[in-house]
Amino acid sequence: MRAEEDIKEKISARFPAIKGSIRIPRDRRIFLDVPILKFRELMEFSVKDLEFRNLNTITGLDEGENLSFIYHFSKDNGIMVNIKTSITKQDPVIKTITDIFPNAEIYERELVDLFGAKVEGLSPGNRYPLTDDWPKGEYPLRKDWKMKEGECQ
Amino acid sequence: MNNKQPDEFKIPIGPQHPALKEPASFSVALKGEKILGVEIRLGYNHRGIEKACEERTYIQDVYLVERICGICSHAHSTCFVQAVEEITGLDVPKRAKYIRTIIGELERVHSHYLWLGVAGHEIGFDTLLMYTWRDREVVMDLLASITGNRVNYGMNTIGGVRQDITRENVKEILGAIKTLEDRTQYYIEVATQEPTVINRLSGVGMISKEDSLKLGAVGPTARASGIEKDVRKDDPYAAYDEINFKVITDDHNDVFGRTVVRLKELLESYSIIKQALSALPDTPISVKAPRKIPAGEAISRYEAPRGEDIHYVKANGTDKPERVKVRAPTLANIQAVRKMLQDRYLADLPIVIAAIDPCFSCTDRLISINNLDKGEQKVMDWMTLRDYSIEWYKGKGVDFSVASKRLGRIS
Repeated sequence: MRAEEDIKEKISARFPAIKGSIRIPRDRRIFLDVPILKFRELMEFSVKDLEFRNLNTITGLDEGENLSFIYHFSKDNGIMVNIKTSITKQDPVIKTITDIFPNAEIYERELVDLFGAKVEGLSPGNRYPLTDDWPKGEYPLRKDWKMKEGECQ
Repeated sequence: MNNKQPDEFKIPIGPQHPALKEPASFSVALKGEKILGVEIRLGYNHRGIEKACEERTYIQDVYLVERICGICSHAHSTCFVQAVEEITGLDVPKRAKYIRTIIGELERVHSHYLWLGVAGHEIGFDTLLMYTWRDREVVMDLLASITGNRVNYGMNTIGGVRQDITRENVKEILGAIKTLEDRTQYYIEVATQEPTVINRLSGVGMISKEDSLKLGAVGPTARASGIEKDVRKDDPYAAYDEINFKVITDDHNDVFGRTVVRLKELLESYSIIKQALSALPDTPISVKAPRKIPAGEAISRYEAPRGEDIHYVKANGTDKPERVKVRAPTLANIQAVRKMLQDRYLADLPIVIAAIDPCFSCTDRLISINNLDKGEQKVMDWMTLRDYSIEWYKGKGVDFSVASKRLGRIS
């Protein structure tokens, strides 16, 4: 776990405020939480200085008042850093990371469709994965969304 | 009359199209035969499985995620149970880990055989399709014999596997692998020496190492662009940290390279299976898992035949997960397809798409017939449908019953 501890040290040194949230549950896994305002800076630090050059996917979570997004990055030696950031459900605006990771496009579109996130800077294009006639304002992976009777047979 | 040709026009391919095996929509902008750009629309197979997982218990979810895909079903169920086991802190017995590895590799074998057949079909080499799909039956029969099912084997449970590999199974597997090894050697010869295959696949669907990295390609698609990326090596799970194998890469960067990678991977899979069988530890095959999973989160990775599969599971202390997130390998690779098709010819499109081995959903095994006059509905299963087709052809003067009987004997 030395490499993981080393990464933890480096992140803590640069971002002392989030030191307490860094967890290493097992080999090759690092989880941490970061306020939305610091997210971009931390992500750039992870990519450039810590060499997490691979975006695996983005997970959306409905946590009541907030929507959370976990960005899963990995590097060649199998270590994953999972950066979680949260935003209020009232105004769920996040900024795109497609300028650094072009492959984030489809993962961000997923957040738009399933969680109702608004992604600033995401280029116009086909939605994913819901149908074109999906009712507006319905986000199926939010906890308050339930399947309506007779909708699925 | 205006004779001026448009500079550019768009043709839609999909969501339903004879060149596609599953629904996806490609809107292709063309100038003459040349592809200027491709817009991809996915989601036609979205079945809301992640939401459905939140409403079911962990054990039900094992079977549900197994049905995400009919080809790499074991990949999804293993990936899911690994995450749940990590959250619970279960110490999965070694024998279970070895059995998961063996089934996983058998799955890779049948998946790569399937792909080779599809690739053959897409380039008009249907003999290759017939040969490979015949040989694939060897693995399918083997899986049916070990697990009871050709697809969706139901081997995994939280805490281990549900069925043991018996001594007879070991003998069966070793015998089958011998046959498959010979066949694979033959296909390697075909792919690397047959001029039509080489000429049709070389230089088609090119993607450089840099672009492949940038677009996050995974599995054989990435490895054929010289990227040594394989979860089995980078982030070992099951028994892979105790087994010797090579990560196959190739630097052709094209469909030819992807073919070579998959074929050589087959040989590695046979070696992995043989090593795992000879070292099969003598432990129980599962430990008891609690019904309620303690609160926590885990992310599990698995090298499926098509590339890295990811499951994120968040538990809240109840018997149902708070969140299950799945990222299947095709979603990672489809983004590279756009790049592969740019400035290529329209005729290359089917094989380029097929070369990432896309998997948009699962196989259908029954057909429903609506009698519109009477408003009746009946369901025909596979065997009835097969018998029906034999009878139908008999009426046309073609008798398939002899061939059918022979097939019946084999299976």
